Amino acid sequence: MTETPIWFTPPPRSPRLPEAPPREVRERIALEIDGERVEVEQGATLLDACRAAGREIPTLCYLETLTPVNVCRICVVEVEGARVLAPACSRKAEAGMKVATESPRVATSRKLVLELLASSVDLSTAPGLAELMARYGARPERFGANAASVAQPVKVDNDLYVRDYGKCVLCYKCVEACGVDAQNTFAIAVAGRGFDAGISTEHDVPLPDSACVYCGNCIAVCPTGALMPKPEHDLRAVGRWDEARQTRTDTICAYCGVGCTVTLHVQDGAIVKATSPFENQVTRGNLCVKGRFGFEFVQLGRRR
Amino acid sequence: MDLRFHGNRPSAEERAAIDALLGAPATGWQGGERDAARDGRHAEGGLAAAERRDLLLPCLHALQDRVGWVSRGGLEYVCRRLSVPPAEAWGVATFYHLLATEPRPPVVAHVCDDLACRLAGAERLCARLEREVGPAGAPAGEGNATWLRSPCLGACDRAPAALLFAAGEAPRSAVVAPVADEAALVDALARPAHFPPHELFTEHGSADLRRSVPQLGEPGLLLLARVGTVDPTSLEAYRASGGYRALARAVELGPERLIEEKIASKLVGRGGAAFPTGRKWQAVARARVTPRYLVCNADESEPGTFKDRILLEHDPFGIVEAMTIAGYACGCERGFVYLRGEYPLALERLGEAIAQARAAGLLGDDVLGAGFRFDIEIRRGAGAYICGEETALFNSIEGYRGEPRSKPPFPVEVGLFGKPTVVNNVETLANVPFIVANGGASYAAKGTAGSTGHKLFCVSGRVARPGLYEVPFGTTLGELLLLAGGVAGGRDLAAVLLGGAAGSFVGPEALTLPLTFEDTRAAGTTLGSGVVLVYDDLADLPDALSRIASFFRHESCGQCVPCRVGAVRQEEMLARLAAGRPEGSLAAELETYRELAQAMRDASICGLGQTASAAIESALARFPLFGAPAAGGERP
Repeated sequence: MTETPIWFTPPPRSPRLPEAPPREVRERIALEIDGERVEVEQGATLLDACRAAGREIPTLCYLETLTPVNVCRICVVEVEGARVLAPACSRKAEAGMKVATESPRVATSRKLVLELLASSVDLSTAPGLAELMARYGARPERFGANAASVAQPVKVDNDLYVRDYGKCVLCYKCVEACGVDAQNTFAIAVAGRGFDAGISTEHDVPLPDSACVYCGNCIAVCPTGALMPKPEHDLRAVGRWDEARQTRTDTICAYCGVGCTVTLHVQDGAIVKATSPFENQVTRGNLCVKGRFGFEFVQLGRRR
Repeated sequence: MDLRFHGNRPSAEERAAIDALLGAPATGWQGGERDAARDGRHAEGGLAAAERRDLLLPCLHALQDRVGWVSRGGLEYVCRRLSVPPAEAWGVATFYHLLATEPRPPVVAHVCDDLACRLAGAERLCARLEREVGPAGAPAGEGNATWLRSPCLGACDRAPAALLFAAGEAPRSAVVAPVADEAALVDALARPAHFPPHELFTEHGSADLRRSVPQLGEPGLLLLARVGTVDPTSLEAYRASGGYRALARAVELGPERLIEEKIASKLVGRGGAAFPTGRKWQAVARARVTPRYLVCNADESEPGTFKDRILLEHDPFGIVEAMTIAGYACGCERGFVYLRGEYPLALERLGEAIAQARAAGLLGDDVLGAGFRFDIEIRRGAGAYICGEETALFNSIEGYRGEPRSKPPFPVEVGLFGKPTVVNNVETLANVPFIVANGGASYAAKGTAGSTGHKLFCVSGRVARPGLYEVPFGTTLGELLLLAGGVAGGRDLAAVLLGGAAGSFVGPEALTLPLTFEDTRAAGTTLGSGVVLVYDDLADLPDALSRIASFFRHESCGQCVPCRVGAVRQEEMLARLAAGRPEGSLAAELETYRELAQAMRDASICGLGQTASAAIESALARFPLFGAPAAGGERP
């Protein structure tokens, strides 16, 4: 037999070093933010432009790793000549635009958005919202003590995380993270309509009956604490959750070969939560069920 | 796609209803018989499944029509057939109020309690149903029937109205308007002599058309010329009345000249937004992306509006021809009619017209033998006002929740299925054949310089002759009301709601107002969809405001905060004002409302939220209400 089996002849090695694909050079456009000239790349959003100009635009449903849905409307800004305000998170910057980030119309809309949310949703675990309410002078109590709210019992139907939809502002982030923006599991979606709309599995079945794979990527993107790991929920319930006493340590997940960065939140010598940084190139904030929830063995005391 | 199911099985009827629409399932993956040898060797889903997602809503309709609700087994079977995640399908099914996701009796009467019907005794009818049939939604008539309250059914010319559905092997639906014999309706629901109660399912629309279209047969009508005078079920009759001459002329002119004529006509959209139609057509015709789509927006749901229904019921070929011309001009090969789920007769007549046109070679692969391809498909809405918003309409057709998209990008660039799309309202399209046949200039000579042509007005409420009226733009409100016989019973005029729930109230001082886009804009009001709802001095205006508020609360899609929560707060606030118990003081409450209305107008995603406060604000500005003087001022 003279024929050489193909696996004995590896292809010749290329002398050329592999190169990253060339970065698309985009045209730069100029616009005015609060009277100040700013240059951004074509395709940038007004939020990008405002940040480039050093303006702090509040956001709630926006996250760098997700497709903007622009539903919370707290990031609205005033574009000169436009009939209505524009959501900074998704409106593309155009050359020559004149944008006001804190005009009276903008301030009124932001104030009302905060008042409408605070009068209908429990925002007690939403970071940063109390400061925003103070900044815009929001007084949710002016809608009356009997204002309809989304208050409802907490859903505790599994050992890993709880869903407290009385704290849900319907920002769609969890649905995006469960869907095409991260996990492609599609266990949850928005159901119902109007004020009765909410995040739900099919027929509102408990999570263990749904398609949920417990990656917890929905928890990572939730801006109000409506979705929360069970250990955190339990510690909060007994008043022992104290972020001031927690340290955060980045490490590499030990489970598989992907090498996700895991941030371990440690309080009183025990891991209380695992997250991943959104800016991390590998995870973009996402983990799997093991990385996010599989840390209990570390602190069981004895290893079998 | 890796989907997780629960093992809920469809009933034989449900399976048959879906298979009638989609064909038999090819594999076990699709819910057919499992064959280990075959099914173990391939997977399904991916792009092939994604391309069928738009069949989701038709499938849900099929279940609803067959068994009266969307059961777990039925929904799961649809998800298997179309590879749709069950959670998403659930999200879609729970979005539409004509679809039931809990068991519901097969016969349902949707009783309109909206603005025009309230003025014609809808509340009295509802109270009687409650007394003699049972609470809304509760099973009655041996579990076979129930009734529900409904937003405007688009039968304001014959108020009060009820829409009946009977699910079954041969599902039936009909609008009863007016509900002249309340006892018959009560008996049919509570004490059915037989099932379904056949005597109710006779369409009362055509028998007394003159009552709905008082100008019927008059010369000089441009839009209503064929209504009531040409058999709407016959292509021959349509052709004999001059139909399809415009299409032949269009082919002679060619797409570019057609669009020039369209621009010269200065026709603007009649759905409410008044965008120049010619420019829309031009943008799509020039788009480099293909395929392009044409959508006829027939999701007429603005309370008080019924013009599109009458056009579709009584001149369906006119709309089919107009769509064919539009498709030819813009280079669209597929057209969709998104039709309100509440219009059974229009569905039947339009479906028949499309079939006849197709059989005659007026739709299909080679229209008129002129070498272009165009066909039309009807998609039924399922009870959602928001789906009249063009981008929500796209999502609804595509099989997603009817939530509006952010604009820009606009539909002429990124529309249905992400492609350039022309969306035209039914009445807008009804103008097309005249423009093509007579030239844009002769159309532009009608009406006023700023508002060319004729306009349909839906006159209802307390007038002597409610109905659909066609007048040239520039006719004053007073002249229009005279056409309709003036205020009923010789009472005094108190207010007119112009443009529907998203429009605004005007007082008697507006009788001299010329009905044009420019004059109404200058007067701080709007023509909207052509609603003219008349209130006399006996009418309860606060009651109308409360109904408008509850309408928007019910119809908000729930996507953005200003509209989702704002519509609820608006309703609560009106209830407090009506009860004389304002939060804080009357002044404080009105100031809160002013800010709320401003935020809804400024920060909502779409037109629904942006106009949800318009009518209420206008009433507060123009009339002394709730113990406060008229606030004055004009809407920005």
